[in-house]
Parts: sequence; C-alpha cells; structure tokens
Amino acid sequence: MSTADFLRRLPGSSWDVQRQDTFWSRIHIDLPLLVLLLALTGFGLVVLYSAGGADIHYIKRQAVFFAVGYCVMFTIAQFNLSFLERWCWLLYVAGVGLLAAVLVVGVGAKGAQRWLDLGGFRFQPSEILKLAMPLTISMYLSRRMLPPRFKHIFFTLVLVIIPSVLILKQPDLGTSLLIAMSGLIVLFLSGLPWRYIISALGLVLASAWPAWHFVLHDYQRTRILTLLNPEADKLGAGWNIIQSKTAIGSGGITGKGWLNGTQSQLDFLPESHTDFIIAVLAEEFGLEGVLCLLGLYILVLTRGVMIAATSQKTFGRLLAGSITFTLFVYIFVNIGMVSGLLPVVGVPLPFVSYGGTSLLTLMMGFGLLMAVATQRRKEP
Amino acid sequence: MSEQQTLKDHFREARIFRNRLFVIALFMIVLLSILVVRFYSLQVVHYNDYVTQSERNRVHVRPLAPTRGLIYDRNGILLADNRASYTLSIVKERVGNLDETLQVLSELVEFDEGDVEKFHSRLKQRRRPFEAVPLRYQLTPEEIARVAVNEYRLEGVEVDAQLVRHYPMADLYAHTVGYVGRINERELRSFSEEEYKRYSGTYTIGKIGLERQYEDLLLGKVGFENVETNARGRVLRVLEQTPPEPGENLHLYFDSQVQRAGLEALNGRRGAIVAIEIETGGILAMVSSPSYDPNLFVTGISHSDYNRLTGSRDLPLFNRAIQGEYPPGSTIKPMVALGGLYHRVVDPNVAIYDPGFYQLDNEERKYRDWKKGGHGRVDMNSAIRESCDTYYYDLAYRSGIDRLHEFGSQFGLGDYTGIDLPSERKGIWPSRTWKRQNRGLPWFPGDTLNVGIGQGDVLATPLQLAEMTATLANRGKRIQPRIAQNVDPVVADSADSKMLLDVADGHWNYIFNAMSEVMHHPRGTAYRVGRDMSFKMAGKSGTAQVVGIAQDEEYDSDALSERNRDHALFVGFAPLNNPKIAVAVIVENGEGGSSEAAPVVRKVVETYLAIEEEKARQQISSDKNPTEKQQELPGVNG
Repeated sequence: MSTADFLRRLPGSSWDVQRQDTFWSRIHIDLPLLVLLLALTGFGLVVLYSAGGADIHYIKRQAVFFAVGYCVMFTIAQFNLSFLERWCWLLYVAGVGLLAAVLVVGVGAKGAQRWLDLGGFRFQPSEILKLAMPLTISMYLSRRMLPPRFKHIFFTLVLVIIPSVLILKQPDLGTSLLIAMSGLIVLFLSGLPWRYIISALGLVLASAWPAWHFVLHDYQRTRILTLLNPEADKLGAGWNIIQSKTAIGSGGITGKGWLNGTQSQLDFLPESHTDFIIAVLAEEFGLEGVLCLLGLYILVLTRGVMIAATSQKTFGRLLAGSITFTLFVYIFVNIGMVSGLLPVVGVPLPFVSYGGTSLLTLMMGFGLLMAVATQRRKEP
Repeated sequence: MSEQQTLKDHFREARIFRNRLFVIALFMIVLLSILVVRFYSLQVVHYNDYVTQSERNRVHVRPLAPTRGLIYDRNGILLADNRASYTLSIVKERVGNLDETLQVLSELVEFDEGDVEKFHSRLKQRRRPFEAVPLRYQLTPEEIARVAVNEYRLEGVEVDAQLVRHYPMADLYAHTVGYVGRINERELRSFSEEEYKRYSGTYTIGKIGLERQYEDLLLGKVGFENVETNARGRVLRVLEQTPPEPGENLHLYFDSQVQRAGLEALNGRRGAIVAIEIETGGILAMVSSPSYDPNLFVTGISHSDYNRLTGSRDLPLFNRAIQGEYPPGSTIKPMVALGGLYHRVVDPNVAIYDPGFYQLDNEERKYRDWKKGGHGRVDMNSAIRESCDTYYYDLAYRSGIDRLHEFGSQFGLGDYTGIDLPSERKGIWPSRTWKRQNRGLPWFPGDTLNVGIGQGDVLATPLQLAEMTATLANRGKRIQPRIAQNVDPVVADSADSKMLLDVADGHWNYIFNAMSEVMHHPRGTAYRVGRDMSFKMAGKSGTAQVVGIAQDEEYDSDALSERNRDHALFVGFAPLNNPKIAVAVIVENGEGGSSEAAPVVRKVVETYLAIEEEKARQQISSDKNPTEKQQELPGVNG
C-alpha cells in the first residue's frame, strides 16, 4: 500500500468522498443495478424459452439483443451528464422531425403508421422520444427556478404535447400516453404546485366523456369495452384477456411446472412470448414465480429511487426519477393488462418480453441511470 | 440563464424533489400491492375456476364413428360395404377467406363447379359448430400429398380418411338395399337428444330401402375419445378412448344370380319381379326396372343427376315391386277358383257355355270375355288354362263379394305383407264396406264380376301377387315375406298362426294341375313358354287394362299409345310337386302376360332351381366326403 493510499484512508481525510471512486464507478457501472438486471434478463430467458414453444431460436436472438443492449448501456453510461444536458435538445428536435416524417412517408401495419423504412431497416421514431422526452424536460426544468413558475410550466407542456400529438396521430394511443407521462413526471418531481395537479386531474375527468365519443378510435373503444366485459366476445376481442386470466389463474401457487403450461404450450395464450409473457410465467411458476419477478422489479425500482434521491445535480435527479418511474409504468401497465386490470395496450414487459427495439430503448435508459449514479460526486 | 442559476436554492430544490420522490414511491408501492392482490385473487382465490376452464380449453370430447354393418346376399356376396376414402373437408369456422381458400385448393385438387355447388349447399345445412364440410371425396394419393405440402396456406382444410358407403352391385339392388345419404336438416331436427348423440360421429343415415329399415342395426354404437387440442383445434394426443361398436351385418335371402337373371330378363322394360322362397318366405329376388346407381346418392347427388332421375317418365326411383299398385287381372283366377271349390258354389267338372260375354239377369250390359266369340264349353280346368273370363264372371257371381273378399284376404290381398322394407303399399281388395267408405256407393253385382277377373277396383303390388302365389303353392299356409335373414320378424303373429285355409287336398291338386296346364298343355296360354321346360311349373297369366274400354269398343293395340297398352302379368311356382319358389312378374304396357311376363318368370325359376340342384349335388358329394363339407357350404349366417 502506497503512502498516498494510506493517507487517503485516514479518518477525517477525503475517504468519505473518495470511497465512491471504485473500479465500478470509474467505468460508470452501478454494480447493484447491473446484478439485478442480469438476474432479470436471466429469468426472462428461462420464461421466454418456454413461451416460445421450447424453441432455442428465440433464446439465441434474445441473447443477442441482450448483448447489444448491455453494450449500448455501458456506452451511454460513459457520457458526461453535462454533455447530455447540453445537447439533448438535438435529440428531441430530431425525434419530433422524424415523427412528422412518419405521418407523411411512414410505413403502416394494422391500420397504424408507425415506422420509417430506412432502406430495409424499419425504425420507430417514437422510440427516440422515450429518451429524448425525459432528457429534454429535465434539462429545461433543471435550468429554471424550482418549483417552476406558470410560464415554465406552460412551455414544458408545449414540449410534452407536440410529440405526443404526433404519436397519437399515427395512431398509437398507448405510446403517446407513455411518452407524455415520462415528461409530465419530471414536471411533478420538479415541484409542480399541487393546485395545478388537482385542477388538471379535474379537467381530465371532465373531458373524459367527450374524449370517449369524439377522440378515441373504434379499436381503442373496443379494447376498453373488452376489458370491462371480456366475456361478451369470447372468440374475438375478449379472447386474449380470457385466455391470459385462465393461464394465470390455473397456475395456482406453485404453477404447472416449466414447459408444462397447457394454456401457453397449446397456443391458447396469444402473444405468449411478447406482451403476454407474464401469463406464461404465472401459469408455469405460479404465484411464487410472479412474486419473484415482482421482487426483482421492486429491487430495481428501489435502486432507481436511491440513485435519484442521492444525485446531487437537479438534472440527474429529475432524469433518474423519470426513468425509474417510466420503468415502473411499463411494468404496471403490462402486468395490469395481462391480468385484466387495464385495457390491452401493446406494452412489453421490461427485460422479459421478446423483442429488440423496446429492449434497446430500455437499456439506453438504464445507461443514463448509471451515468447519473456514477457521476454524482463529480459535481460541485 | 446563468443569472437564474445563481438564484437557485439547491437545498430547497433537493427537499422538494425528495418529497415528490417519496410521493412517487408511495404511489408505486400502492399500485404494486394492487398487482399482488390481483394475482393472489386469480391464482389462489379463483384457482379452481381457472383450472377447470383451462382443462375445458384443452380437453375435447370427440365422437368416433362406428363402422356401418355390411350387407350380404345369401351366398355371402357383398351388396353394401364401406370403402376407405380420403375426403377433403373444410372447417368454415377456421377459414379466414373461404373464396381464397377454394382458389388455392383449385390449383392443388381437381374439382368442378358441381363440387363447389354441392359444397355450398352442404354448408348451408344446419350442422354442428366446427364440423368439417366435405368438398371432395376419393382423393388420389397425389392430391393428398399436394394438399399436405401446402398445408401452411390452407388453414381450416382437412384431409381425413372416412369410410364411405359403397354398393358394388350398383343398380342391381338400388330399390331394396337402398342407400345412405348425408343427414339432412329435417332429419337433424327430428333427432331426439339420444339420437343426436348416436349420430355425433356419423355423417350419413339410411335414406331408403333396407338401409333405412335396419338403420338401428346397421349403425352401430358411437364411441368417444378425449383428446388434447391446441387453440386451433388440432388434436395433439388422445387421453382416453371408448371405442365404437360396429353395426351388425345383414344377411339377406337375396340370391344375386337370381336377381341378376331377373333384371336381365326384363331387359330394360318397365316392370317388376318378386321371387319368394316358399320354405322360408325369404325374398330371392326383387327387381324394379328401370333402376339407378345408388352410389350417386351416398356423397350427395348432383342436381343434373337428380333431375334426370326425378324427371324421367319411367320413374326409376319408384320401387314398383312394393309401391306399384296394378290391377292383377287374371293372375288371381286360380285363387278365385279355389274359393269356389272351398265354398262349394261350383262343381269343377260341370262346364258352362261361353258365348264371349256374360250378362247379369236384369242388366243390359255385356261383360266381355277377352276372346271374341268366346271359349265355347269350359269347365274350371280349362277356364284356368285358357283364362276364360266368362267362367269367372259366373263363378264370382255365385260366390258373392263377401265370400270372395274374405277368401282373397286370406291370401294377403288388400293388406300390407309386412315385408321388412319401408313405404310398402297395400293395394285394394274391395268389399262392400270398402266401397261405401271410399266411393260412397253401395255394392253392385257388376262389381263382383270385375273383382272375379282381377279388374275394376282391384289393385295389388307385385309383392302381394308373389305372396298370394306362394301361399297357393304352400297349400294355404301363409308365409311371411322377409328380406333379411338374421332379424326377428317384426310382425307379432307369426306365419304359422296365419295358417288358415282348411281346403281339401283334392281341391289344391285340382288347381295346381290346372295351373300346370297353363304351362304345359298345348292349349295353355303360356304353352309356348312352358313346352320345353325340364321341370313342371304352375303358372297363370294376367293382362290388366290401363284404360277403360267402352262397351262397344274393342281393344286395339295399335290405336293405343304405348303407355296406355295393357300391363302384362304372370305368376307361377315350381316345381309343381314340391314348390320351392313362387314368382310374380309385371311388365308395364307389355300387353301379353304369357308372351311378355311368362318368359321372365321362367328365367327366374330356372336360375333358382339350377342353383338349388347344384347345391344338392354338392351336398351329396360332400356327404360322401365329409372333410370337404366345410369348404363347400359357405356359412351364410356367419
């Protein structure tokens, strides 16, 4: 041990400050978060193997997605927060531009126009906003006096509404709401006065009736009606909910055993390897499996909250809070949807559902979270 | 901007942020708790409900169709069997776009407009949900392979092996064996709960003939299996099985050689043949001509074929043998004569003079004999031999309608024979009561005269005439005509209890002799047919008017259109001394009973007796050589 090291470890010296400067923090990795993510992705692969019909093909591809995802996460984590704060508006502007482009030259599927075709590579610009929105709003508000004043609140709302409306036009209600939410939560965390919150909620409730009749599309209304009464159309719209509830319920406490879920293995469960994968888990591993997964999620969320709480810079705090809460919303909406509490909206279960695009966005978010976590001591 | 930053109160911001974060964390905890409660509710509280539902999802009960019983003739020749056939069917509920699927299929499998039309009409019929509707039968192995390869774009299309009823004899037994056809809407509606279950695996039902008569026996018992299916209804494995029980086989009295000989002897003319084995009452042959191919109906007949059959003036679908009601004409004369002897109203040896007509005492009207100028002096024997009408006008008049009616009824006239076939008709054997009820008129003496020669209101089916002849040959012992051997008679009072006539042997012999002279006496009406026969046969010709001939008109064959000419009839039994077979034949518009119908009777009788003789010879040789016995007598009941 060198003298310098010794001195550094003396009581009352700068050890308390320096102890964060470990190997992991130097490479900008939050170790607890990494361990939790590895556990989640591992668990996800096990469930996916069964949900994909015991086909190794899905596992291979998903493992590749994970590998790419972790690389992206490590890369993003290296970015200097100040740098991100300075330039994130570019991402926002680019995202909004592409969203506008989608409406003009986008590629459609199932009555919605969501993709841009970049020479064989299909790309959904709304994914950009999933990151750009929390970044930009955090940047904007962190540079204002907090709690925000009316003028800043108004401008924030404009920033939130522009991309949301563009996505709504595609139409993609689910994503639009999620992205708007990721911006609004920053506003809330920054200290938005309660009186505004309460009046906004009142306004939303009052406008619910006209929205139902004049704004929502038929398929969106069907989804909500199906949720309220799935038995009405057993083979049609209600099929997904009935089958997923049956899968979950028949799993019981201990489950039917891995690869033995009849609902999942006999194809009664739709989208079993993507949006409805938690039903496979619930059927084969029972309530125990579900609680395990929820436990892992709770630990991840807790870690996220801790990072947000201990970050010293307003921008980092707001960003970490928004990312953590967004993750929670994904988890809640997906599980709520599959278990029949919420309407069926296309939201994947983070780290478990099969699919590359959403995973990549998610990993980028965690990259940001790690950047916040490891740079908190470097700010004045 | 930098100005603002200097004014920022970092501690206050951090405090506000922590408060808000606390609210958020609380919010997350609440919502996550809701999720946990939700899963607890689904997986613990309602566990049993969902387990039941998932089992119901997965396990389906599938009916297993029983194999329909086969039908054999008396020598074990197959008259109806089941052929494995690969059927292309479509489950409409699983097909996205039916037209598109049909389009794809048309590239793989040959089928024409007619098939598609039939498919659509089957589709319209009421059926069980998810029941496959056949599009084409009898796929070739090549077609099966082509469909299999393209399975991925043919959701809802199935190729399955089915047993399809087949009638190898084609038109030979169309009217008697009948056919099965697809269960139609009306039948499905009329099913009871129990029947609905019995037919759950079966698509066809006996429509006419024996197939309908013995439907219950032939059908068998449906089996069931529990299968595990996936969401698309594809069966993955069988969990439990109750095998079906095949239907009973039917063994008939028919002899296909006799049947074939009869059909060929009719040679396409409209007519019918019924041949009864006297010892058993078994029907040896029952022909209705023209016939048709019952195989057309099994998988659904095309419109053009159906129109051709129903539109034909020859009525091929009509079973003349049991549904055709014809005036029996002179064929009933031996029976009438026997009645006269029995009631002792005439002395057979006392001759009367026939001037060619008969007149009642107080009537102007002349009842003509068929022979212009009359037969001169005739006794009973020559009156049968030469079919003298005048003698029978007199005899009928002396007997009176009441005795005539009662006597004739004992031969089965005017009543159902009770044969094991559906849709039998019973003809008319008139009486005073009958006339009052049906015509609203009293009985006139002239009516009696017409009954005496089998004209007027008298109608009988060929089967009734054959039964009458068989009863005659059996010396008054009524026999119960039957087609199936292994089935208990449906009629409660057995043939023995119908043994009724206490006629003296001498009277029987007298009638038999007279009937034999019809064939073998040079003046017999059928001498030309009977003269070179190797055995003795009893017979009687008949000619039945189709249109009434006015008093002063004469029957002129050339002036009448072909369809208005007289029907030719002939009944007979053989051998004379030990009757084994009784036959009745009608040739519609054939004019001469002896010339047209008698050769057909002879052919049938000869064919049957030759077979019997052959059997007897084999019996003798195998008696000498007992080891061969087993092989040479195929077990008919087996």
